Amino acid sequence: MTGKNSNGRLSTLAAALVVARRDFTAILFSRSFFFFLLGPLFPVIVGIMAGGIGQRAQESSERPELGVAMQAADVDAMLAARDTLEPRLGHILPELVVIKRLSPGESFDPHKALAERRHQVAAVLSGNLQTPILSGSVGRISDWQGPVSMLAAQAQGNAPRDYPQVTLSASAVSKARDRRGQFMTAQAGQTLLFLLTMLLAGMVLSNLVEEKANKIIEVLAAAIPMDAVFLGKLFAMLAVSLVGVGVWGLAGGAIALAVGHALPELTTPAVGWPLFLGMGVIYFSMGYLLLGSVFLAIGSMATTVREVQTLSMPVTMMQLMVFFLASYAMTQPGSPVELFAVSFPFSSPFAMLARAAQDTALWPHLAAIAWQVLCVVIFVRIGAKLFRTRVMKSGSAGNPRSRKGFFSRLKPARA
Amino acid sequence: MVMKMDLGNWSAAGNAAEAGDKPLAIEARGLIKRFDGFTAVDGIDLTVEEGAIYGILGPNGAGKTTTLRMLLGIIDPDKGVRRVLGHDSPHEVAHAIGYLPEERGLYPAMRAYEAIAFVGALRGLPLAEGRRRARLLLEEHGLGFAADRQIRQLSKGMAQQVQILGTLVHKPRLVVFDEPFSGLDALNQGRLERMMRSLAEAGTTVIFSTHVIAHAERLCDEVAIIAGGKVPFAGPVDVARDRIRPQVRLETRMQDGEWRRALPADARREGNFWYFSLPESGVEPLLRALIEGEAGILSLSIERAGLHDAFVAIAGEAAAKALEEDTPEEERQ
Repeated sequence: MTGKNSNGRLSTLAAALVVARRDFTAILFSRSFFFFLLGPLFPVIVGIMAGGIGQRAQESSERPELGVAMQAADVDAMLAARDTLEPRLGHILPELVVIKRLSPGESFDPHKALAERRHQVAAVLSGNLQTPILSGSVGRISDWQGPVSMLAAQAQGNAPRDYPQVTLSASAVSKARDRRGQFMTAQAGQTLLFLLTMLLAGMVLSNLVEEKANKIIEVLAAAIPMDAVFLGKLFAMLAVSLVGVGVWGLAGGAIALAVGHALPELTTPAVGWPLFLGMGVIYFSMGYLLLGSVFLAIGSMATTVREVQTLSMPVTMMQLMVFFLASYAMTQPGSPVELFAVSFPFSSPFAMLARAAQDTALWPHLAAIAWQVLCVVIFVRIGAKLFRTRVMKSGSAGNPRSRKGFFSRLKPARA
Repeated sequence: MVMKMDLGNWSAAGNAAEAGDKPLAIEARGLIKRFDGFTAVDGIDLTVEEGAIYGILGPNGAGKTTTLRMLLGIIDPDKGVRRVLGHDSPHEVAHAIGYLPEERGLYPAMRAYEAIAFVGALRGLPLAEGRRRARLLLEEHGLGFAADRQIRQLSKGMAQQVQILGTLVHKPRLVVFDEPFSGLDALNQGRLERMMRSLAEAGTTVIFSTHVIAHAERLCDEVAIIAGGKVPFAGPVDVARDRIRPQVRLETRMQDGEWRRALPADARREGNFWYFSLPESGVEPLLRALIEGEAGILSLSIERAGLHDAFVAIAGEAAAKALEEDTPEEERQ
């Protein structure tokens, strides 16, 4: 595919890719991109380090423990198994606390024990070595399922490959805690999405202003359709942003590995982490494209950074309102407010990401993504049209005496 | 006739067949462009034959850039139609057009050869081929040493040359320069003039706008004089000059006599010299009358009007004054 039409000119998409390729490489290898990458890392690193130190201190006094309520022999076997595995696997094995050594035939209700909170345990292990039962919050029992199976196998003296099946039993109290945790995950996801979108949409503006300052916009406008310039810039910044997100993700992962358990833990979102992260990328792209098209249209009307700041202020404020709306909607699931937040194009990505953290249903996401794609197409078309009609009117071409200010720049060059 | 550019009289201005045998590079009818109530271009008809060098001459604010932008499809006219290289939409033939805008612009961090290749890529030239041609062009124009330098490391003149080469890298059939001599020193102005001539000799159509009469006079087959968004004259440079009667300078031995009747009413005397426009009847009847009237002719010279005088006569004193004010001293050569 050459990307050319039958008469030899570039198609809009091919022309957009020429612009995108130039912008992408120019930004990627610029000093400003390096600092752009570093920028968000500083507060994150400081936050994580501070959080890590605090959590370590907290861990010493409040390290989550697994309560054991089994037959006396099973309890002893489990404790002995833990001691045996401690040197090799101590960092992944839960601390064991004996809640009760049961007599033969004695029953025990682990959920009642958890609800009464008489013991500072995060989960309770009951049943027997062959069929252990793990009760607690969904996230916690899910995390401890493997280690408990390993301990039970060791306690039975089995070969390592003969692990007993651990029965999981989520408690009502823990479910409420999970919901709170998922709410926190949703909040964290929304906040991260908002910060990223704002940061990168701002970069689109700076990029366009730089373009106009370099006075190359007329060369572009004469050679390719303005729609292609507009799309190319959006694509380039999206690609740059995904590189940025990738770098931040890797850096975050590396820090998580280095700091280990000291990292603050987020509750597993309702749709699971892989799907949640995938949706995060999609909703980020949609949110960015929607906001980017608005910012690009604004950028086409401005020639200096100061003008950009003046013009983008209302949009930034609007975006803040949208973020607040999405945050509020998160607390009102199923309400008209949430329905509005999900439907309104600018808040939809945020509201839907929050939903992904709290609700397992997937079809609303398919519907929302389809709606957002439609909105992106509409907004990009409108933005490109504005861009095309305004961008050549706001330049300083022609008589330099006519350069009086923003509003005079909205008029054409009268050469 | 190579080119016609008239106001609002398309049928009189002629169509492609009337304009000449060569195919037309530009064909526009009744172009009008208004911006917020201001009419920047007020009904321009334009035909340009392929292979011509055509100048659009006028002061800043006359409508030159707006006209060029409409022809290139950067902006659309409010009224009127245009055909560029046989296509209704200029973007359809973008790959065959080169454009140097008045405001020069390159990415400062790009290397010179990359900048040229990038402009070529915008016009559909594959990047690898663009890079190859860019290096060749830079070598040919004595800038091979600067091929790998960033634009920000080049002098202003060199950067302008790089942009001009970017305009040509894809071998366009039509090249449009907006104020190409602006900001260039005399040496580079001469180089650019030679380049424009060689382009035209190779069959490329060259259109340029300028507010420097000398460039138009030296280079153009035809000019359009534009002022206030209108075109009071378009045609060959000689025809423009002929709008003004040649000026006669006469020196006589006799101070007075019958021969004075042969002088037109606007004749003025400075010492032994008389200055006046050559009468429409021509030089022979004048000479006969002077001899028969015993003027005692010591010297007589007839000077053809320059394009500047023609511009004053055609566009008016105000436009001519604006043109002079726009032209820096170093560019008036």
